[in-house]
Amino acid sequence: MLKIENLHASIENKSILKGLSLEVKAGEVHAIMGPNGAGKSTLANIIAGKDEYEVTEGNIQLNGEDIGELAPEERAHNGVFLSFQYPVEIPGVSVTNFIKTAINETRKAKGLEDMPAKDMLKMIREKSELLEIDRKFLSRSLNEGFSGGEKKRNEIFQMAMLEPKLAILDETDSGLDIDALRIVANGVNKLKSKDNAVIVITHYQRLLDYIVPDFVHVLYDGKIVKSGDASLALELEAKGYDWIKQELV
Amino acid sequence: MSKYTEEQLEQELKTQEYKYGFYTDIESETFAKGLNEDVVRAISKKKNEPQWMTDWRLDAFRVWEKMEEPEWANVHYEKPKFQDIAYYSAPKEKPKLNSLDEVDPELLDTFKRLGISLDEQKKLANVAVDIVIDSVSVATTFKKTLGEKGIIFMPISEAIQEHPELVRKYLGTIVPTTDNFYAALNSAVFSDGSFCYIPKGVRCPMELSTYFRINEGGTGQFERTLVVADKGSYVSYLEGCTAPSRDENQLHAAVVELVAMDDAEIKYSTVQNWYPGNKEGKGGVYNFVTKRGLCENNAKISWTQVETGSAVTWKYPSCILKGNNSVGEFYSIAVTNNYQQADTGTKMIHLGKNTKSTIISKGISAGKSQNSYRGLVQIGARAENARNFSQCDSLLMGNLCGAHTFPYIEVKNKTAQVEHEATTSKIGEEQLFYCNQRGIDTEKAIALIVNGFSKDVLNKLPMEFAVEAQKLLEISLEGSVG
Ligand SMILES: Nc1ncnc2c1ncn2[C@@H]1O[C@H](COP(=O)(O)OP(=O)(O)O)[C@@H](O)[C@H]1O
Ligand SMILES: [Mg+2]
Repeated sequence: MLKIENLHASIENKSILKGLSLEVKAGEVHAIMGPNGAGKSTLANIIAGKDEYEVTEGNIQLNGEDIGELAPEERAHNGVFLSFQYPVEIPGVSVTNFIKTAINETRKAKGLEDMPAKDMLKMIREKSELLEIDRKFLSRSLNEGFSGGEKKRNEIFQMAMLEPKLAILDETDSGLDIDALRIVANGVNKLKSKDNAVIVITHYQRLLDYIVPDFVHVLYDGKIVKSGDASLALELEAKGYDWIKQELV
Repeated sequence: MSKYTEEQLEQELKTQEYKYGFYTDIESETFAKGLNEDVVRAISKKKNEPQWMTDWRLDAFRVWEKMEEPEWANVHYEKPKFQDIAYYSAPKEKPKLNSLDEVDPELLDTFKRLGISLDEQKKLANVAVDIVIDSVSVATTFKKTLGEKGIIFMPISEAIQEHPELVRKYLGTIVPTTDNFYAALNSAVFSDGSFCYIPKGVRCPMELSTYFRINEGGTGQFERTLVVADKGSYVSYLEGCTAPSRDENQLHAAVVELVAMDDAEIKYSTVQNWYPGNKEGKGGVYNFVTKRGLCENNAKISWTQVETGSAVTWKYPSCILKGNNSVGEFYSIAVTNNYQQADTGTKMIHLGKNTKSTIISKGISAGKSQNSYRGLVQIGARAENARNFSQCDSLLMGNLCGAHTFPYIEVKNKTAQVEHEATTSKIGEEQLFYCNQRGIDTEKAIALIVNGFSKDVLNKLPMEFAVEAQKLLEISLEGSVG
């Protein structure tokens, strides 16, 4: 599904990713862990197509196709979804209106008609129930005055609505209390299938108790320095990142 | 030349008559440019107006002659040459077209995107409509319903003939001829406009729209509107049209007067979409409008406006809250793009006790445009417990445009409560990327963000109008980023 080869990227001449490779196949869950500033969000943003970053070397393929030249919305239409670490506010645009626009714009790109209002309503009802989202919440302005937890839950709600092929969750667990964490993880698990893939970016092993990864990677200084199975997350939790650093020298 | 019919003969005789009179159409073309007392008289005569009306125009003209064009607004433009304008040509007929194929494709495209029906498209583009049955029957039913309630809604030139006592009683009482340069000019030379009277206690059952007013021969350069809501009545009035108006007239100076008597309510909604000029700032309409309403006891006037057109806009719909407990509201969205300039806002003059006013202004600037809010809140000495709340929000796109806020507050009564809030924000890269990531392209994302920003005002518009206005915002900002 996703294949990244030797990716080098920089911003304002500061090199952040320094030869990162990663392959994610359909049906898999990958966790990416690593200390602050390692380049995790940068990686997520680059996959999603944020153009502030300059890719100086390497390439990203989605289903065998180089997506380097695609605009972010085109990547989204191809099934890439990013749950943002810091979702932005859009005043005056309700959660409902936003997701409706997102769905219909994606459909338009595929040459489909707008989703009938009835179907949209049904889907909203289903997904908001799955994520235990209150109806009133859906009429609020997008992310405006949302608590940290509400923002993250809203990201996952959008993910559930858009049914992406590749979902990247950037620190979706931060700011969530244990109940919200369970609900969000449950939502992600429901979405999982053999046809789609999930990349979970996290600091802590906590979320991985609920969303069990097939692979765990450690991102450090712009590269993946270690990969393993779920047990690697536990090891990191126990030993901290210093252990990795020491191993590297 | 074929047969010379009875009709043609008659026609010719008429023109012959005019030829030696003062005001043949041909002659009028020769006199066309420039403004003097004879021209004012000619206009009045052409409209067959009573003497009082002619005198009224002449008074206005004499005042105007001594006035200077105002310069305090934050707009810069080449002054119209007032002696270079034809003042008494009949309202310009747009060329009649035979089919939509003859219409400017760009205009048609805009119509389509606004969701305007084919019949309406034809009407707007001045294409002869063959299936008129529909619109005629709508207009007839419309007239009948209004007639039954005693509501008068007609071109003001007709009202001067048919209801001279009403027009004379109110015309110029809210916006005196001496009010300002453009109002004086309008009073002297106004071509036509609308008159509306709602009798005591009547609730007008439908939105009155100039769009439905039959007999309308184009809006004209100097439009005059007078709306009188008698005691306890209600009316919602829609002015303008979301479809773009490609008027060749450079200068537009309209006057609108509203009278809301005791317990009456007037909602006045405008969508202004005059030609803004091209991307380089060439051409485009200057729109200098004077709009004012008077509220008696317990009366209410709401101005709602969506301004997207014109090269230069100068416009301050105002409320004089004379009666106790009267309420004035101003809800405005002003969009400027490319080289457009808008200086717009409101005046709320609190004279009565317990008067209340609300001002919500949303300015959106893109391109190299300049967007100014100018608002006056005045609380008179006898206006016990007057309240005002003002909120002025500006949204900027890019670094080349400007947003300016000029709030003026004058309070002469200590019990007054006046609140002013202002914000300026920018459509950020982060917001756009967030939308893009969800599959929404940048153009659509801007529309979404702008609509969200304008929501409080859009909500005040009548439903159908709001939907069109929303699309209009989208279209006016196209190509503003990237
Ligand atoms: N927009 C930016 N401008 C400048 N530096 C940036 C920008 N975004 C990220 N960085 C830098 O890149 C590095 C990696 O950041 P980030 O990808 O956010 O790390 P992580 O998500 O792993 O904590 C950090 O040193 C950060 O300061
Ligand atoms: Mg991060």
